[in-house]
Amino acid sequence: MTTLVIGGGVVGLSVAYGLLKQGAQVTVIDGSDTDARASRGNFGLVWIQGKGAKAPHYAAWSRSSAKLWQGFAKDLKEATGIDIAFSQIGGVEYFTDADALAQDAAGLQGLQDHFDGDYPFEVLEHSRLKQLVPEIGPKVVGGIHSPMDGHVNPLLLLRALSVAVQQMGGRLQTGAKVTEIAGGDRAYTVTLETGERIEGNALVLAAGLGSAEYGADLGFDAPVRPQQGQVLITEKLPFFLKYPSGRIRQVNEGGVQIGASKAETGADSTDLPTLQDLARYAVDVFPLLEHVQLVRSWAALRVMSPDGLPIYQRSTKFAGAHFVTCHSGITLAAAHAGLLPDWIQDRNTAPDLSLFSESRFNV
Amino acid sequence: MFDPLEPQGTNQVQFQFEDRQLSAPQGATVASALLGAGITAFRDTPVSGAARGPFCLMGACYDCLVSINGVTVQACMTPVQDGLQVKRVGSRQVDSEGAV
Ligand SMILES: Cc1cc2nc3c(=O)[nH]c(=O)nc-3n(C[C@H](O)[C@H](O)[C@H](O)COP(=O)(O)OP(=O)(O)OC[C@H]3O[C@@H](n4cnc5c(N)ncnc54)[C@H](O)[C@@H]3O)c2cc1C
Ligand code: FES
Repeated sequence: MTTLVIGGGVVGLSVAYGLLKQGAQVTVIDGSDTDARASRGNFGLVWIQGKGAKAPHYAAWSRSSAKLWQGFAKDLKEATGIDIAFSQIGGVEYFTDADALAQDAAGLQGLQDHFDGDYPFEVLEHSRLKQLVPEIGPKVVGGIHSPMDGHVNPLLLLRALSVAVQQMGGRLQTGAKVTEIAGGDRAYTVTLETGERIEGNALVLAAGLGSAEYGADLGFDAPVRPQQGQVLITEKLPFFLKYPSGRIRQVNEGGVQIGASKAETGADSTDLPTLQDLARYAVDVFPLLEHVQLVRSWAALRVMSPDGLPIYQRSTKFAGAHFVTCHSGITLAAAHAGLLPDWIQDRNTAPDLSLFSESRFNV
Repeated sequence: MFDPLEPQGTNQVQFQFEDRQLSAPQGATVASALLGAGITAFRDTPVSGAARGPFCLMGACYDCLVSINGVTVQACMTPVQDGLQVKRVGSRQVDSEGAV
C-alpha cells in the first residue's frame, strides 16, 4: 500500500509526514523551481485572529491546528534536530484606520459569540497598545491582541518536514514533474516528464497551483487560482518586535518582514508602487524603521480557492484519491500532519471535513 | 596590520569613527581607511553579537556594514570624505526599550 503525494510544498509534506507517522508508505513527487511555490515565499504566520470571520467552521479548524502546533514543532525538532523558530506568544494586528479596526473587532466579536466566549482577543486603543508595544508610532489608532497567534521560520519548516519525511522512510522525489496521472480504484500510475512511472494505491493531490491541471482526470474540480503577494525584508536588527502581526514581523534571523500585498494576478514579479505602500505602512506603524535598509523583496503566488477556504475533497471518480489545498498552509500544517491522515485513510476517527468539500461551489 | 602598497599622497582627509579622529588618503573607501587605522572588527552582529569586519572588500558579503547618518551602508563601497562621521551599526540610537 503506497500513497503517492503529488506536490512537495508545505501542504504535501505535512500530509506525508502525518501519514508516515501512522505507518503508511509514502512517495512524495515534487516538481521544480520553475513551478510557483508558495511554500518558499510566504510570511510564516501561524495566524488565527480574523480567519473565518464569516465561516466559523474554518475558524475552528484553524484553531485546532494552532493548538497542535507546539507539539508539531517539538516533534519535528526531535525527529530532525531542526529548530524551526516557532513562537506562539500571541500576535498584534495594528491599525492606522479607526473604521478598519472597528470592523475587524466586530468580526472577532462575532466569532467569540459563536464560540461561547472561547475565542480570546482584546481590542487596545493607542495608549494601551503603546504599553504593550512601545515602538508604535502616533498614526497607529489601536490594535487587536490575540494570544492565539504565532509565527515560524517557514523555510526551516519546509526543510524539517523534508528531512523528517525521508528519515521516516518516505521517498521524496524532487525535480520530478508529473505529466500524467492515470487513475483507477486504489490503483494510480503517475508518469513523470522523464517518462518514469510511479505506482501507488492511494493518491493525494497537493500540487498547489499545479493541481488545477490534474483535477478533471481524477474527479475533482480543483478550482484554484493564483493571488500574488509581495514581501519586503529589512537588514537584520537587534530584536525589538516581540509580537508578530499580519503584516509586520521580525524573523528569528533579525530581519523585519513586511507584507504581504494582495493582487489578483499570476505574475510573480514585484512592482515599486506596491513595495512603497508596504514600506510606508511599516514606517507608520514603527517609525524606527524609517532609516532601516531593505535588503530583499519578492513576489509569490497564493493558492486561492473561490471562497478562500481550504478544499478537502475525496475523488468522485476513484476510491483512494484526495485533493488537498488551502490558502494558509503554514497555519494549517499541524492539522494537516495530525488530523488529515485519518481522513485520507478513511478511518472513523477522521475529522468531519464535509463543509470543506467542493460541493459548496456547486449550489 | 595593513600597509599601503603605494606611497601615501599628501591629500589626506579627516574623518571620525565613533569617538576616534582618523585620517586616510583621499579616494580610499571607509573600509580600507578603517583597516589602515588598525580597526578590523567594524560591528557586532545584531542577533548573536559576533564580531564582523570586511571580508570580500568588493560589495558582495555585507560583513563590513557601518552606520553613516543613521543609515547602514557597506564600508567597502563608500568613499571616505572629509568630516565623515562613521559609527558602529550596533551603536545606533537605542531607546529605553532596546529598539534601534
Ligand atoms: C506572499 C505569501 C504570504 C503567505 N503568508 C502565509 C502566512 O503567513 N501563513 C500561512 O499559513 N500561509 C501563508 N501563505 C500561504 C502558504 O504559503 C500556502 O498556503 C502554502 O505554501 C501552500 O502550500 P502548497 O504545498 O499547497 O503549495 P506550493 O508551495 O506551491 O507547493 C506545490 C508543490 O507542487 C509542485 N508541483 C506543482 N505541479 C507539479 C507537477 N505537475 N508535478 C510535480 N510537482 C508539481 C510544486 O513544485 C510545488 O513544490 C502565504 C502565501 C504567499 C504567497
Ligand atoms: S567587505 Fe564584503 S561587502 Fe564590504
